[in-house]
Amino acid sequence: MSTDQFFQSEYKYGFVTDIEMESIPKGLSEETIRRISAIKKEPDFLLQFRLRAFEKWKGMKEPNWAKLGYPPIDYQNICYYSAPKKKQAIKSLDELDPELLRTFEKLGIPLDEQKRLSNVAVDIVFDSVSIGTTFQKKLKEAGVVLCSITEAVELYPELVEKYLGSVVPIGDNYFAALNSAVFSDGSFVYIPKGVKCPMELSTYFRINDKETGQFERTLIIAEDDSYVSYLEGCTAPAYDKNQLHAAVVELVARDRAWIKYATVQNWYAGNKETGAGGIFNFVTKRGRCAGFKSKISWTQVEVGSAITWKYPSCILQGDESVGEFYSVALTNGKMQADTGTKMIHLGKKTRSTIVSKGIAADASRNSYRGLVHIAKRADGARNYTQCDSMLVKDKCCVTTYPYIEVGNPSSSVEHEASTSKMSADQLFYLRARGISQEEAIHMVVNGFCKRVIQELPLEFAAEAQKLLTLKLENSVG
Amino acid sequence: MLLIKKLCVEIEGKKILKSFDLQVLPGEIHALMGPNGAGKSTLAKVLAGHPDYEVTSGEILFQGKDLLELDPEERAHLGLFMSFQYPLEIPGVSNEQFLHAAYNACAKASGKELLSEEAFEKKLVEKMALVEMRTEFRGRSLNEGFSGGEKKRNEILQMALLEPSLAILDETDSGLDIDAMRIVARGVKSLMDPTRSLILITHYQRLLDYIPPDFVHVVLDGTIVESGSKELALKLEERGYDFLTPQGASC
Repeated sequence: MSTDQFFQSEYKYGFVTDIEMESIPKGLSEETIRRISAIKKEPDFLLQFRLRAFEKWKGMKEPNWAKLGYPPIDYQNICYYSAPKKKQAIKSLDELDPELLRTFEKLGIPLDEQKRLSNVAVDIVFDSVSIGTTFQKKLKEAGVVLCSITEAVELYPELVEKYLGSVVPIGDNYFAALNSAVFSDGSFVYIPKGVKCPMELSTYFRINDKETGQFERTLIIAEDDSYVSYLEGCTAPAYDKNQLHAAVVELVARDRAWIKYATVQNWYAGNKETGAGGIFNFVTKRGRCAGFKSKISWTQVEVGSAITWKYPSCILQGDESVGEFYSVALTNGKMQADTGTKMIHLGKKTRSTIVSKGIAADASRNSYRGLVHIAKRADGARNYTQCDSMLVKDKCCVTTYPYIEVGNPSSSVEHEASTSKMSADQLFYLRARGISQEEAIHMVVNGFCKRVIQELPLEFAAEAQKLLTLKLENSVG
Repeated sequence: MLLIKKLCVEIEGKKILKSFDLQVLPGEIHALMGPNGAGKSTLAKVLAGHPDYEVTSGEILFQGKDLLELDPEERAHLGLFMSFQYPLEIPGVSNEQFLHAAYNACAKASGKELLSEEAFEKKLVEKMALVEMRTEFRGRSLNEGFSGGEKKRNEILQMALLEPSLAILDETDSGLDIDAMRIVARGVKSLMDPTRSLILITHYQRLLDYIPPDFVHVVLDGTIVESGSKELALKLEERGYDFLTPQGASC
């Protein structure tokens, strides 16, 4: 095992799948966009959407306000579309290229009928395209739609046209504009009126190709009185060059609907010692609580990526609507994360809760950035924010930037923050009682993150806890 | 049980223990007394395996094994227990979860039966009664928001659960009121039998009234300068440490 492999051994998802791909040439122009749209046989409204976004993007500047340092991204040196070559149309996931099936098996996402995660329907996105969805039949019976956005464009064009860009407008920010221009695939979820989705929905994103950017687009619509719990997972091979990931996620919750959206992000974070390689993760996630008493809950466990720039937000438009944000961001090696949320209170008696736990180890940087905005008409709005940071060793840096804008005197905003150190003494105390070093780290870290982990779907909570321990083991030493 | 030979210990270049010798046989109770900074707590931490202390020479045998070769958890598995002078707080980890993990880790290492949550709970309730702790302390985060006395009682609760063959109590009596002292002392005493040994680090005679030691040692400047029976403690209480002179031991 080379030294490099040794240092990377804690990242077990760093392998590459050898599979024939169909890619377009690198570079970004109107031609690229027309080509992507043509490959996907898109209706005209979507091509126009893309072109409008591209026009916007050309006039925008890459944001630099985040506490992040990285070399300039060459947008002409990225491939914007890459997909596994399909020999013929497949009828079920079991007909997939065995190499792909093995890949997902290795990632812990078994796709074949017998071994599937019970009660979790999975949509798989490999590089630029969705390659299939499990449990289609069961979902259909309930009236729930879980499919790739490409299929949605074909099957439900009116829904896509109505909602795409309705929460994150094409010109919202630099990376959202880029995504709107070039997005290749992603997931689409539609929960009809009154339906409680009978199972967890999940999308698994895998970047495989070396020079492909991943620009996925997710759209979830929950009609009146519906409920859905959705989880996304992300991994990528260990390359020594950086790769760009710029996703957009839009959620719409109607009257009394509740969307729970959870993320376990474990993209390749780059070499721990040199910082070479790793994913640049620039993501725009936003939900609109459009209806009365609607609710959107974001839960994220961010443990990967060289750069994370991500602020899952809620627009609390409907009266008495509720927004929640539970986050664990762990950085080690030379990772940099600037993450947080925005809670925009527009409706009356809207409520939001923010619980953010940042853990920084080695020479990493970890910032929480959050905005709580209470509009003038948001009578009786309430926010509670709790922001805790934990330092592991002393070369790392944690920062908190809470922005609070209150425009209504009857509202209340609470903010609590703490910074602590995972001390050698804490670990020694546990070890002196017979608990192993590994389990001691596990207990201290997961104790710290408990409030967030308990928001994850059960199937993934244990996995997330293990991931946190694994990431810190070499850093505590 | 325990044999310490010519032990020299430094922290950040400062010599703390200087050619320290001590032997503890099964069933014996030893009291270590002496002024602050003499090295008593350092000895306790070195025995438990604290990573900050550097043993520059000397040896420690525990149950016939070279203690210095072992990780802190392996020492615990062998039956060594140190009650912390300042127990740490671990937010988000419930006392019961911690105690259960510690119990099963030690049980596993010594080939004893692991306890299920229900079985452990039963045992825990029984042991908590011994140190008069209310059951609400099971669900609370480990030591978080506990008073000084509650933390010390929680230490003795851990001792009661782990049933160590050698326990080192580092100023467990400091900061306790008379009632708490009585409870702690009674708890400790009830755990003693002819196979188990105890090292009490204390400043006060009062604890020794409850738990009479077989030997009293006076530690000055990193080494034992005087050893005797429990009467020595009474003499110290009366005269202080001034009548003893440091030996000027070196490493």
